[in-house]
Amino acid sequence: MIEAPDLSLAALTPLISLFGAACIGVLIEAFAPRESRHPAQVAVALVGTVGGLVSTLVLAGTRDGNDVTAGGALAVDGAGLFLQATIAGLGALSILLFAERALDPARSSFVAAAAVPAGSPRDRELLTADRVQTEVYPLATFAIGGMMLFVAANDLLIMFVALEVLSLPLYLISGLARRRRLLSQEAAVKYFLLGAFASAFFLYGLALVYGATGSVRLSTIQESVATAGGDTLMVLGLALLIVGLMFKASVAPFHTWTPDVYQGAPTPVTAFMAACTKVAAFGAILRLLYVGFGTDEWTWRPLVYGIAIVSMVVGAVLGLTQTDLKRMLAYSSIAHAGFLLTGVLGFDAAGESPGLSATLFYLLVYGLTTLGAFAVLTMVRDGDGEATHLSQWAGLAQRSPVVAAVMTLFLLALAGIPLTSGFTGKFAVFRAAIDDGAWPLAVVALLASAVAAFFYLRVVVLMYFSEPVAGGPTVGVPGLPTTIVLAVTAAATLVLGVVPGSVLDLAGQAANLVG
Amino acid sequence: MSLTHYLVLAAILFTIGAVGVLVRRNAIVVFMCVELMLNSVNLTLVTFARATGTIDGQIMAFFVMVVAAAEVVVGLAIIMSIYRTRRSASVDDANLLKY
Repeated sequence: MIEAPDLSLAALTPLISLFGAACIGVLIEAFAPRESRHPAQVAVALVGTVGGLVSTLVLAGTRDGNDVTAGGALAVDGAGLFLQATIAGLGALSILLFAERALDPARSSFVAAAAVPAGSPRDRELLTADRVQTEVYPLATFAIGGMMLFVAANDLLIMFVALEVLSLPLYLISGLARRRRLLSQEAAVKYFLLGAFASAFFLYGLALVYGATGSVRLSTIQESVATAGGDTLMVLGLALLIVGLMFKASVAPFHTWTPDVYQGAPTPVTAFMAACTKVAAFGAILRLLYVGFGTDEWTWRPLVYGIAIVSMVVGAVLGLTQTDLKRMLAYSSIAHAGFLLTGVLGFDAAGESPGLSATLFYLLVYGLTTLGAFAVLTMVRDGDGEATHLSQWAGLAQRSPVVAAVMTLFLLALAGIPLTSGFTGKFAVFRAAIDDGAWPLAVVALLASAVAAFFYLRVVVLMYFSEPVAGGPTVGVPGLPTTIVLAVTAAATLVLGVVPGSVLDLAGQAANLVG
Repeated sequence: MSLTHYLVLAAILFTIGAVGVLVRRNAIVVFMCVELMLNSVNLTLVTFARATGTIDGQIMAFFVMVVAAAEVVVGLAIIMSIYRTRRSASVDDANLLKY
């Protein structure tokens, strides 16, 4: 007789909302006529993500203390709920970016029919068609659901399944760009092959940890580590697990896919990946390191320490040499992953150090800012789609002062200039690292920030102090969805920079992990 | 044969798969190497299930198989779409994205 595990439906509501919406999306794809699919899919995806956000917030307000459910496989704790709410909120904004149809004369960022070979006569015919491959909405909703499961997984097997549920749809939607389809398909192949490679490493790590401890439940692993200490098998397994997760978080030296995929994927998808995947991957890293291996800190700390330094340096230095804005933002995301690891290292499982709350806050503000920056990229276009080459942005402030000002705000926030959210976030993670005695890391992080500030400010200077080039790009008039995204992200970037107190408090209250 | 033999065999298979991913040029072969890595993990899991006397490892092997099947569907779809345009599945020919 098998006992049924205890299952708290209330704790599962956010996940049910997302996966339910995704399944309804699949049914719409099967049964609704083609003309009515796009509005219906957008509506279902938005209801699902906003429903997930609201139910997470309600759950956070009504729960008493940390808990586990589904037989201990899912954690319901402060950090998990904060990250789930962040992912659902950023996911809803991404869906809005996906749904934009006014900017591109081709009517969407997504291909009309993915099965038609790129460059064929039929493909050129369909370029300006009203049709869209509306499967992107259920796919994106599945990915968001997988991310929310990923940050709550208290069991390595659930973590692996969530990793695949979030990755597989992302591989597909990064190959569905309407313009420059060859680039987009190439990005999808690269992302898929390297992503599958990294999942295999994660899985082998899981198997070795299972062999060493006899369980894949993080709490059991923790007990086993505390009593028996780490043997070779377990250390090897942990290293492989870390490699798998660092790949998803696009941390150098596991970052090689990031610039190519960020550049080739449709820009709304890049925004989605940069914001949501990063949050999800860091949620899982925090949980693995502190819940599973928190008592065995000194086996992984030097490794993560080194990775953080490499990531900051690689992101900042290689970012300097980029001439494409999407690639530049990709290297920026690698550098920011290093800054985030600084916060992860500033957390002490036993002590009172503020590393966890700083990391949670940084993930939220970085997600909002980077989403906004990519949303601005979708608006600056030439005849062939988005104008992402740096030289095309010269003198943009004269063409469109508002767009240039908004982009400047996002770039200053990414650089960490005071009075923007980026400064508050960076200050919080660096202080946490210093409090925890990791001051050399904070010094490297400050130097890397200074180098990175150069390439952000170069774009600002280019926009304001260069003469516009003849036949340069035009700035499209965004429809309602992009306008909402820009308004929300710009307001958040400014507000969290000027009066961050209440959100910092919230992150502080949420900063606890089960177990 | 002791259980260690199976673990060593699985480690060798995993290494062959990992090296294959790094050196082979055809996307389909690279993908087959990834599948080999996943299957070596299955062997490891089943061996550890036997060693620890629990059934968890065997059940996890089923999860891995299901995920690998889903991965095949997605992967072949992506490789097919690029092959139909380029008439080649070589990862060296896909070189538009750089610098």
